[in-house]
Amino acid sequence: MSDTVTTPDLFSKFDEIIAVREHLLASGVEDPFSLVMEKVLSPTRAICNGRDTILLGTYNYMGMTFDPDVIAAGQQALADFGAGTTGSRVLNGTYQGHRECEDALREFYGMDHAMVFSTGYQANLGIISTIAGKGDYVVLDIDSHASIWDGCAMGNAEIVPFKHNDIVAMEKRLKRIPQGAGKLVVLEGVYSMLGDVAPLAEMVRVARENGAMVLVDEAHSMGFIGEHGRGVCEATGCIDDVDFIIGTFSKSVGTVGGFCVSNHPKFEIMRLVCRPYVFTASLPPSVVATAATSIRKLMHGGNKRAHLWENSRRLHGGLKDLGFALGTDTPQSAIVAVIMPDLERGAAMWEALLHEGLYVNLARPPATPANMTLLRCSLCAEHTAAEVETILGMFARAGKAVGII
Amino acid sequence: MDRAAIDASIRIIIEPFNKKAVSIEEGTTFAGDLEFDSLTVMDFVAAIEDEFDIIISMNQQAEIETYGQLVDAVAKSQG
Repeated sequence: MSDTVTTPDLFSKFDEIIAVREHLLASGVEDPFSLVMEKVLSPTRAICNGRDTILLGTYNYMGMTFDPDVIAAGQQALADFGAGTTGSRVLNGTYQGHRECEDALREFYGMDHAMVFSTGYQANLGIISTIAGKGDYVVLDIDSHASIWDGCAMGNAEIVPFKHNDIVAMEKRLKRIPQGAGKLVVLEGVYSMLGDVAPLAEMVRVARENGAMVLVDEAHSMGFIGEHGRGVCEATGCIDDVDFIIGTFSKSVGTVGGFCVSNHPKFEIMRLVCRPYVFTASLPPSVVATAATSIRKLMHGGNKRAHLWENSRRLHGGLKDLGFALGTDTPQSAIVAVIMPDLERGAAMWEALLHEGLYVNLARPPATPANMTLLRCSLCAEHTAAEVETILGMFARAGKAVGII
Repeated sequence: MDRAAIDASIRIIIEPFNKKAVSIEEGTTFAGDLEFDSLTVMDFVAAIEDEFDIIISMNQQAEIETYGQLVDAVAKSQG
């Protein structure tokens, strides 16, 4: 019985983060991590904590969440196929809608194979941990998303990170890998914290010259970047040299789910060997129906893409003119990251913006590079030009009130 | 390169990362004594890798807690 006295509380390891959180909330700031949207009025507006709020932190880049065709497709599938599949994709969980969704993805990317996962997180987790095995090497950018790191941690390969977007650092590591070992390079099109783009054409070329397979996560570029919205690898002309593209339905597509597309001739075997695909229930029929409809509409979203670029350029330029420090010198994506001096003032600024009627993401370490506190803004093609001006006015007032500009 | 030579090289590389000028012994730990955070670890490992033209994967890094273990790991990689 004396064991119960000496055994440590398993939650002790969280004491430091509990203290940081309590310290922050003790200052009286509204909790940035427990916001509730009581009502969602459109892709760009909601009632948040009781206030009518412009949404500038949703990754709903193309505003597809309320598209009438998308909603109708979901409602029809809900009525015809029920609320859920209650099964794995490899058993009773593949409905007609899952196949149609994968058909839409193959057409969207012009690739031979498409595999739909229940979330984007599981797509990275599953593909990376499955294809890179014992004795193989995964070479990845240090600023990779948590789902990529977790895919590495779940697999048995040797993990070798390199400095963010540093082509030379990547190449050096590739050249040092022992002969005969399998190599996978993992990159992202847009890095979601600062909204910066990777020099994919050069990186993909170097990776291939060194015998590596290449996986690119295009979560934050799908639907927006590239002529057909296929992402940064389309825009930089290297999509044919990329072995796997990973993406999500929870951003431009406007629902939830993840996928991998590939031209690898043996790709279909993934359906049997990839555990995060096999050992979980498939997406509900309504979700795959909304995704398929949305993906097909995104193929013809050229005008919306052009308007989203206008929004991104105006917000980036306007914030820069106001004197805010931004994550990138030029607008590179639909994400504009505003760098805060510290977590306290970041939280104060976040709250001041919320009181103005604007929601942005507060991002803090360890999710951020270089321990930065960021106010991350993600624009939507449905934000009007007038709304972007309103947003800039809110930033100006809040920034002065908090003393950041 | 023998262990002493590797030790001497690593002592030079570690200097700019050793912000508090902690005295480096075989048992000095990177996380505890030197207070290296994840970004510092990445830059420090990259400097070691470039100096010796080797890879120290994260899997290997997980086994290296002390300065002495790092010297041993580099010595082993040099055959």
